[in-house]
Amino acid sequence: MTTATADASALRARQDKGRRAAQNREKWAQGRTYLSAAIILLWCLAPAYWMVVTAFREVGFTYDTSILPTHVTLDNFNTAFDTSFGNRFGQALLNSVFIGVVVTAISLLIGVFAAYALARLNFRGKYLVLGFILGASMFPGVALITPLFQLFTNIGWMGTYQALIIPNISFVLPLTVYTMTSFFREMPWELEESARVDGCTQGQAFRKVIMPLAAPAIFTTAILAFISSWNEFLIASQLSSDATQPVTVAIANFAGAQPNQIPYTAIMAAGTIVTIPLVILVLVFQRKIVAGLTAGAVK
Amino acid sequence: MSTELNPTPVKSPASGGSPVHHPPKGVGEDNRIATQGRWAAWLLAPTVIALGIVIVYPIISAIVMSFQKDAGLDPATGLFTQGGSAGIQNYVNWLAQQCSAPGGGTVACPPGTLGGQFWSATATTFFFTVVTVALETVLGFWMAMIMARTFRGRSLVRAAVLVPWAIPTAVTAKLWFFIFAFEGIANKLFNTTILWTGSQWPAKWAVIIADVWKTTPFMALLILAGLQMIPAEVYEAAKVDGATAWQRFRLITLPLVKPALMVAVLFRTLDALRMFDLPYILTGGANNTTTLSILVINQIRQGFNSAAALSTITFIIIFLVAFIFVRFLGANVVEQSGATGKGKK
Repeated sequence: MTTATADASALRARQDKGRRAAQNREKWAQGRTYLSAAIILLWCLAPAYWMVVTAFREVGFTYDTSILPTHVTLDNFNTAFDTSFGNRFGQALLNSVFIGVVVTAISLLIGVFAAYALARLNFRGKYLVLGFILGASMFPGVALITPLFQLFTNIGWMGTYQALIIPNISFVLPLTVYTMTSFFREMPWELEESARVDGCTQGQAFRKVIMPLAAPAIFTTAILAFISSWNEFLIASQLSSDATQPVTVAIANFAGAQPNQIPYTAIMAAGTIVTIPLVILVLVFQRKIVAGLTAGAVK
Repeated sequence: MSTELNPTPVKSPASGGSPVHHPPKGVGEDNRIATQGRWAAWLLAPTVIALGIVIVYPIISAIVMSFQKDAGLDPATGLFTQGGSAGIQNYVNWLAQQCSAPGGGTVACPPGTLGGQFWSATATTFFFTVVTVALETVLGFWMAMIMARTFRGRSLVRAAVLVPWAIPTAVTAKLWFFIFAFEGIANKLFNTTILWTGSQWPAKWAVIIADVWKTTPFMALLILAGLQMIPAEVYEAAKVDGATAWQRFRLITLPLVKPALMVAVLFRTLDALRMFDLPYILTGGANNTTTLSILVINQIRQGFNSAAALSTITFIIIFLVAFIFVRFLGANVVEQSGATGKGKK
């Protein structure tokens, strides 16, 4: 806004008028922003909310359309864990946690070194390695599944945990390396230099100075890695057995008492159980997760 | 992750910048690179070896398999036949939609068999990809523009968009399956009686809507990160020069956000091309929602080698699309990720 002091009062009046118009426009724009924000909130949250509300409804009121929960019950959560129709949801939860933890641990353990090298060292072929890792993360799962299906059938690994863990590493490890590389680039590395000036070797500097500093980055990467393993469906749907299936497969195959009746409320309850911890985790670490998600793309 | 401590001079954020840390050129430079190279080799070895085992080995083995015949019962003689080399027959069968005929030779696959679905699955896959990525780009851009503004409750919106992203796709599929049920909320809300997952176009749109819901947030966040790299002064200067809002969008926002946008579109495109979970659970691939990935999975239990050929074709298609993106549309992912523009957070 111009604040030039003009002598002519007519000019000042016109400026006042202009300023008011601008303020009005500003208010208008602000109003539109709030409206848009409300639409985004509704679009993102309404379907998820519908899942949670349905999870608390009595089976007889599955298709109830009231926005607030009516005929509230916890039965659906019992049904979700009920094993009498062949569902093994409780077991599947444990399987998913186990697979997720192992995959995350292996990927971090291996990936942290690669990320350090890619973020810190100058060497020939750096972009080749980065490209290879990036290409690996976009690799279609179906291209892996056929040979693995045959291989695991031949060596009797079908339905075992390792048959699920090994293919998961193929997409969690690249993601891990990629995310951590971008995090590592942003760290105050001159502290490493100082440590080295003070007599540390590069290895000591890494262990004693960099690792503690890198902990938040590693933690965020671990969350992202765990989520992507937790959400995996394609490979698990083919290579798991009833005993080792993760939650995604259990929910997809969820059966009801009668074959022709889909137990929607129980499925929504199971979906809520699977989703709520994830959503809480994501909301608590929101800033870090967004940084991790977008790190690779813009920096 | 504070950046204040970093003495590296802040580059013009949009320019991308150069790799973080250049040791000063001069005496010992070659020596230093050699040492770092040795270090790098050791540090990278575990990752490269692991990826070699879990990715490169399966690819090679899939390619080898794709040139083998599937073992099985010969329909003519009723005897079990061993595989043996098939040459490129598996590929030809898929591309020409031919099935092996009783007594040797091939005939056009009867409708309904997997072999006869290759081109329709390819068309479906590309249709889903183009429509979902287009919708997600437009919606994501809009969301990002809103989230980039300052208003009370902005952090609430930024948190909310993470909710669809955090829900596993399998759960998303079941959720929308319920929403699109015949007596479900979608039909009640719009007062329609559409068999969403039971008829051709509604089934396609059900998949598209669910996919857009789930993945637009990711797109929006990537674009938002790109928007935040644009310094506010550029907009101020343009305003002073009298540029309209539309001009500012077209001449400043679009070109400056383009690199981030291209990467986001590339990521989403490659992801959409391998779409599996959503149509598989939501519609079971019925009503022309069978994507290439679903076709491969359905084929696996009918013959490994033929499935391997199809998965290799899928892989090549995705690779070609990625190549076109990087080569002709300027989505330079590696350089983007290699650069270290220190944008405002």
